[in-house]
Amino acid sequence: MSLNEEVELLRKIPLFAKIEPSKLKLLAFTSERLTYQGGQRLFQQGDVGDAAYIIIDGAASVRILTDGGEIQVAELGKGDVVGEIAILCDVPRTASVEATSKLIALRITKELFFRLVSEFPQISIEIMRELAARLERTNVQLREALNR
Amino acid sequence: MESTIYRFILRYSKREQIFLFIMTVISFPFLYYSLDLPKRIVNDALGAKGATSFPVTFLGMEFQQLEYLWTLSGLFLVLVFINGGFKYWINVYRGRLGELMLRRLRYELYARILRFPIPHFRRVSQGEIIPMVTQEVEPLGGFIGDAISLPAFQGGTLITILFFMFVQDPVLGLAAIALSPLQAYIVPKMQRKVNALGKERVRAVRVMSDRIGESIAGVQEIHANNLARLMLARFSAQLGRIYDIRFEIYRRKFVIKFLNNFIAQLTPFFFYALGGYLVIAGDLTLGALVAVLAAYKDLSAPWKELLAYYQRKEDARIKYEQVIEQFDLPEIMAEDTQLTEPERPTPLDGELRASNLSQVDDDGEVQFEAVSLTLPPGSHMALFSTGAGGSEALAMTLARLTYPTGGRVTIGQAELHTLPEAITGRRMGYVGPATYVFSSTIRENLLLGVMHRPTGPARDDPEARAAIENAGKAGNSVDDPDGPWIDPATVGDGPDLVARLIGSLSLVELDDDCYSLGLRGTIDPGARPEIAERVLAARRSFAERLADDPQLVDLVEPFADDAYNTNASMAENLLFGTPVGPAFQPDTIAAHPYVRKTLDQVGLTDDLLRIGRDVAATMVELFADLPSDHEFFGQFSFISPDDLPEFQALLTRVERVGVDGVSEEDRARLLSLPFKLIPARHRLGMLDADIQSRVLEARAAFARDLPEDLQASVAFFSADAYNAAASLQDNILFGKIAYGQADSVSRVGTVIGSVLDDLDLRALVIEVGLDFEVGIAGARLSSVQRQKIGIARALLRRPDILILNDAASTFDASSQRRLVEKTLEAMSGRTVIWTTHRPDVARLFPEIAVMRGGRVVETGAPEELDREGRVFHEFAAQS
Repeated sequence: MSLNEEVELLRKIPLFAKIEPSKLKLLAFTSERLTYQGGQRLFQQGDVGDAAYIIIDGAASVRILTDGGEIQVAELGKGDVVGEIAILCDVPRTASVEATSKLIALRITKELFFRLVSEFPQISIEIMRELAARLERTNVQLREALNR
Repeated sequence: MESTIYRFILRYSKREQIFLFIMTVISFPFLYYSLDLPKRIVNDALGAKGATSFPVTFLGMEFQQLEYLWTLSGLFLVLVFINGGFKYWINVYRGRLGELMLRRLRYELYARILRFPIPHFRRVSQGEIIPMVTQEVEPLGGFIGDAISLPAFQGGTLITILFFMFVQDPVLGLAAIALSPLQAYIVPKMQRKVNALGKERVRAVRVMSDRIGESIAGVQEIHANNLARLMLARFSAQLGRIYDIRFEIYRRKFVIKFLNNFIAQLTPFFFYALGGYLVIAGDLTLGALVAVLAAYKDLSAPWKELLAYYQRKEDARIKYEQVIEQFDLPEIMAEDTQLTEPERPTPLDGELRASNLSQVDDDGEVQFEAVSLTLPPGSHMALFSTGAGGSEALAMTLARLTYPTGGRVTIGQAELHTLPEAITGRRMGYVGPATYVFSSTIRENLLLGVMHRPTGPARDDPEARAAIENAGKAGNSVDDPDGPWIDPATVGDGPDLVARLIGSLSLVELDDDCYSLGLRGTIDPGARPEIAERVLAARRSFAERLADDPQLVDLVEPFADDAYNTNASMAENLLFGTPVGPAFQPDTIAAHPYVRKTLDQVGLTDDLLRIGRDVAATMVELFADLPSDHEFFGQFSFISPDDLPEFQALLTRVERVGVDGVSEEDRARLLSLPFKLIPARHRLGMLDADIQSRVLEARAAFARDLPEDLQASVAFFSADAYNAAASLQDNILFGKIAYGQADSVSRVGTVIGSVLDDLDLRALVIEVGLDFEVGIAGARLSSVQRQKIGIARALLRRPDILILNDAASTFDASSQRRLVEKTLEAMSGRTVIWTTHRPDVARLFPEIAVMRGGRVVETGAPEELDREGRVFHEFAAQS
């Protein structure tokens, strides 16, 4: 896949939809595109976070280590962004992400990510929306768990 | 050492000096005759007075006037040759003698530095000592050659000439020396002041070199604290002092010179006046006056030489004395202690006992006192203290590096501080808190632990023999530094020695570091064909391993003659080899005429120019509005931020006149860009299949037509040949690690590791790593790695007693503990003393001696000491 195709793909992701193509091109050019085999981990819970990932192709599962062992809490697919929490709040990875099939991801380093967020308010809003949605989902889960 | 330079000269070169003196004396009659002849020629042969009648009898033969003239002139010519010959021979002999004596002096000074007591180095700096041995003694060599023969020769010449004058006419002779008493009185008086200034100058220059040395050692501090102005001001002040002194010396020297010249020119006045009167009065022949005047002209040369000699002598005397006083320390170690071989190997496996040991340093500070310790053979003891407990100073004394001021240390029957270093330096091991690593390979640094003396005959070639013979003449070491120094009886040789080296490396956990260095290292397949062969086997095995595993197959893209490697740059694809030397390096390859010719040949130049333009346009588009110090430039851009505006302008020009229209310089700039493209990494999609296949054509043409003189500039890739220019790792990979595969580098590393283990090659890679050059003072290693080398060096010779003086303090806690455990295991049955400030490290020892304020306050097993009321417990609680 060439750079231009990657840019096309990035434009279809809501997070980047409103960013001008030349910036997306810089994003794609300066990000590493990584291929994972099924079973390989993008990152491990507890590690220091230095990058976020945009899934270009394939699927992955988000796993959290509990007292009862590791459980899957979410599934990710093409166009999903993952790993941004650790770099946003400087905390260790809150979960592990494992490729469930052959997966291609764009690795965005912490520096580049912050640059994007500060330069494009649109991205910040999209990220806030995403985080708020996740919080809402978590609240629902919590309520269900308490009511059970 | 000899207290004055004359004593030194007489002691080591009496015979040569006498010989020179005799040769000088022999030359004088010839000199005298060469002075006398002109008179004969003028008076007799030319018959100026008409007193002679021809034929004359000379040397028993009869001569007519003209024949007589020819004969005398011929004789004069012969004498000129003989005098010149004498001068040449004496000068050469003198020069050689001076150099031999200088060599001896320098050697003696260096040998003394090696025997200085260690605490002395707290008082003198490198900056002071080095110029003494290198520069200050340099003029002494020249002087020593001249010391006796020059005054003898010039003084003799002077006397010969004076004698000649007196023979001609006593009055004229007197006139010539009339002013000498005045000179003899004034000149030394003035010289004394110059001498005093000379001493001051030597001291000032030493301070200056000390300043420079200190600034180099502390250069980080100067940068970090913005001290440059202060340093410059201080240095300037020091230069000012030297300037003042030197200027004063010059002034006074030139006054002396002026006086001498003045007096020398005054003398002819007497000749013309007195001599003229005598000639007119008929008491002197004109020939004699001419001869005296000629002789007087000759007189000024030796006179000047003598005066210069006098000044040089004073200079040399001062320099010698000033250097010697720095090297003649009363407490210097005896030469025998350092260099004498023991009559038989003496193990130090007896009981180590320190009795009432104390040490007070020069400032009266107590380092430790009343220390009594008994360590039976095989004891392992921790010397524990916090802060200034005195354990470091004690460890150095127990290692025989410093001397106690009271009490003594015995090992078995022997008193430690009277033993020669040939026993303590071989049977004991000591590692301090900051090991020095010499600028050489890791291998050599380890082996320094066992290179105590030559262990075999010196090299047997004429050159080496001559070098050693000359060294002997100057009283230097007659050991051959390049001969064998490693004793196979103690550490083995060949594979055994390597195994032992690797053993000590793995003990200090340096083997993994060496393994990585080895993978990056190169070998000479010509010298070690069996290694190259085994690496090729590893290459095949690695390729199979990857091909068989679908999880791994994409990790490396192997090199193939007929395929474009998308993980390699275009430069690598074209070259299909490793560049050797400057010709085809990545930065220069695009400009190389042969490369350009090859591109033209396959018709690639225009396409590459077009691609170069596209790359430049993309870079300008992506990076133009980034600040120039942005990290992306370094990581990703093909164009440095400084060059970006130029490329912008270049693109405008290209737009206007097309790629073909721009200047050759612009074309070269554009052409250099595609050479850096790596399709898999940059994903710009600019090198399409057509371009790639033509690069392959160019690759074939490049190799086929490569001129003879460029053959050595590239080591081509070949699937079944070892590439001497590439690292071991690249030889095993024979391809490029693929971009875009997660964790590819570490996964490839794991596969290589397991391949090497299967083929039993890991030790070999570590061995290649042993040849890693560590840089000046080990600068290319970390401080932990340097310490590890120091410990491995001491362990290599399996000492009877090992003293580690806070040697692992830079290690993290867990590796320090592992090191202690491994060392104690390796040293079981032999004595270990380990100073530490960490209670957890001390607890690993069966016995702990706790020091406080320079005294051992308690000793015992950790479980005894680690309870309420004990000092160790109290210290441990604090830390």
